Amino acid sequence: MSAAPATDGRDARTAWLLTAPALMLFVGVLVIPLAMTVMLSFHDWGQYKGIEPVFILKNWHEVATDPYFAEMFWRTFRIALLTTLITAVLGAPEAYILNRMSGRWKSFFLLVILGPLLISVVARTLGWALLFGGNNGLVNKLLMSLGLIGSPLPFMFTETGVVIALAHVMMPFMVLSVWAALQRVDPQIENAALSLGAGPFTIIRRIVLPQIMPGVLSGAIIVFSLSASAFATPAIIGGRRLKVAATLAYDEFLNTLNWPLGAAVAVLLLVALVLIVVGSNALIERRYAEVFR
Amino acid sequence: MRTNGPLALIFHTIFVVIMLAPILVVCLVAFTPEGYLSLPTTSFSLRWFRTIANYPEFVHAFWVSLGLGALSSLVAVLFAVPAALAIARYSFRGRDTLAALFLSPLMIPHVVLGIAFLRFFTAIGIGGSFAGLLVAHVVVVFPFALRLTLAAATGMDRSIEMAAVSLGAGDWTLFRRVTLPLILPGVISGWALAFIQSFDDLTMTVFLATPGTETLPVRMFLYIQDNIDPLVTSVSASVIAITMTALILLDRFYGLDRVLAGKNDPGR
Repeated sequence: MSAAPATDGRDARTAWLLTAPALMLFVGVLVIPLAMTVMLSFHDWGQYKGIEPVFILKNWHEVATDPYFAEMFWRTFRIALLTTLITAVLGAPEAYILNRMSGRWKSFFLLVILGPLLISVVARTLGWALLFGGNNGLVNKLLMSLGLIGSPLPFMFTETGVVIALAHVMMPFMVLSVWAALQRVDPQIENAALSLGAGPFTIIRRIVLPQIMPGVLSGAIIVFSLSASAFATPAIIGGRRLKVAATLAYDEFLNTLNWPLGAAVAVLLLVALVLIVVGSNALIERRYAEVFR
Repeated sequence: MRTNGPLALIFHTIFVVIMLAPILVVCLVAFTPEGYLSLPTTSFSLRWFRTIANYPEFVHAFWVSLGLGALSSLVAVLFAVPAALAIARYSFRGRDTLAALFLSPLMIPHVVLGIAFLRFFTAIGIGGSFAGLLVAHVVVVFPFALRLTLAAATGMDRSIEMAAVSLGAGDWTLFRRVTLPLILPGVISGWALAFIQSFDDLTMTVFLATPGTETLPVRMFLYIQDNIDPLVTSVSASVIAITMTALILLDRFYGLDRVLAGKNDPGR
């Protein structure tokens, strides 16, 4: 994009004219509503009086001091972190294996693994609900017949179940990110290491891993931020009691009708995620400056 | 390059099986002849697909989703094409900021967007309307339409346009006869990806939908919250089939790897 020619005043006017419709749409229907939501989080609310447009810190005070919210946010980020770890540990090797396949198989399996990205999250999560399903779900039957567990494990309505289903939903993002990093790697470097007498584990550890690390990390940022704000999977697998930030905000808005409190939870989630994403992006880009040149 | 050893292939097989298992199990259970959740063991039956017809709320939700997806992605493309041309061709002050703003819906959690839209639409008096839902979907799918159009516009050979101008083509003729046909594959793919995003969105839509404007994912979600039965698996299987069809078309038109690579890193 930096190759675009330098512009005189007339071109700049044309450019602004062309982007004007989209810009008006975004200011009118994105910037203003977001600003109103931030305002909403400072309003008062009561069971009988509804929303009162005043400026108070009541909701923020409640979110900051009530241990219920601390526990809920801690659970949200714990689930997101575990999901990110699982996708990295399993997704990165899979991307590496995919990349070593021959042309036809490579594109076939890439389609198989990335395709689910576009399939409804509700349908994919429903699949996990069916697989987990109570004490004689398929997953438990399989694990027991393999002799890995003695008695059925609870998956539905537990964090374990949420993390497994969420890792499945997010896996394509990680594979895709590592895959993109692998495309920039020169395969001859591996061969050079091999010819110099390096074993397979040395090659993975000293040659491959350092080169795909930026891909793993940027994949991790995507997976983490999407998992921390996930709604469908925690709602279906976690049920009504295992609340995360997104499902709690939903409850406040559509069941309790305490909109200002729900807005405070949502704004806090947004701010926390933006800080985490921007912060880790900056860290990664400084650490791997040469890769992003 | 070295090839995969047996250990790698075993890992790969297990990985692929786990990735496909939840989707396959939904599609299999949908064909059960029984009245309860079970894998079809003796025969396949279409009874649960026929049962969908007895639930007008699912049928209605399907049409809402289809209309909303088609319309919102079309409007998004209409806004995205001029914006993409401007961003691809002119380096003007504020260009990077504009691009960041236009891609920002990818960065903002959908739960926050849903709340913001709900608050806004209620305040201006169009809460629960189809119009509100449409505007919200246009904003959310806009980045997908913009990104693929932008890729097409950036990679375009400008000399063909210059030839047309030298032959006396006016602005509109130039756009209609030269520029648009050249970027059309990108525009259509952007539309298709935007459609899928709109068709599948749950998190934002669940805040905005009311009984008359429920989309299919919202209807399915609310149904699953109460109970899980073979009916919702047959609805899911139908949704999966529709998405697969769109995917295959997208692959033929544009190459799925390019589409998905565009979807990969939000906000950069």
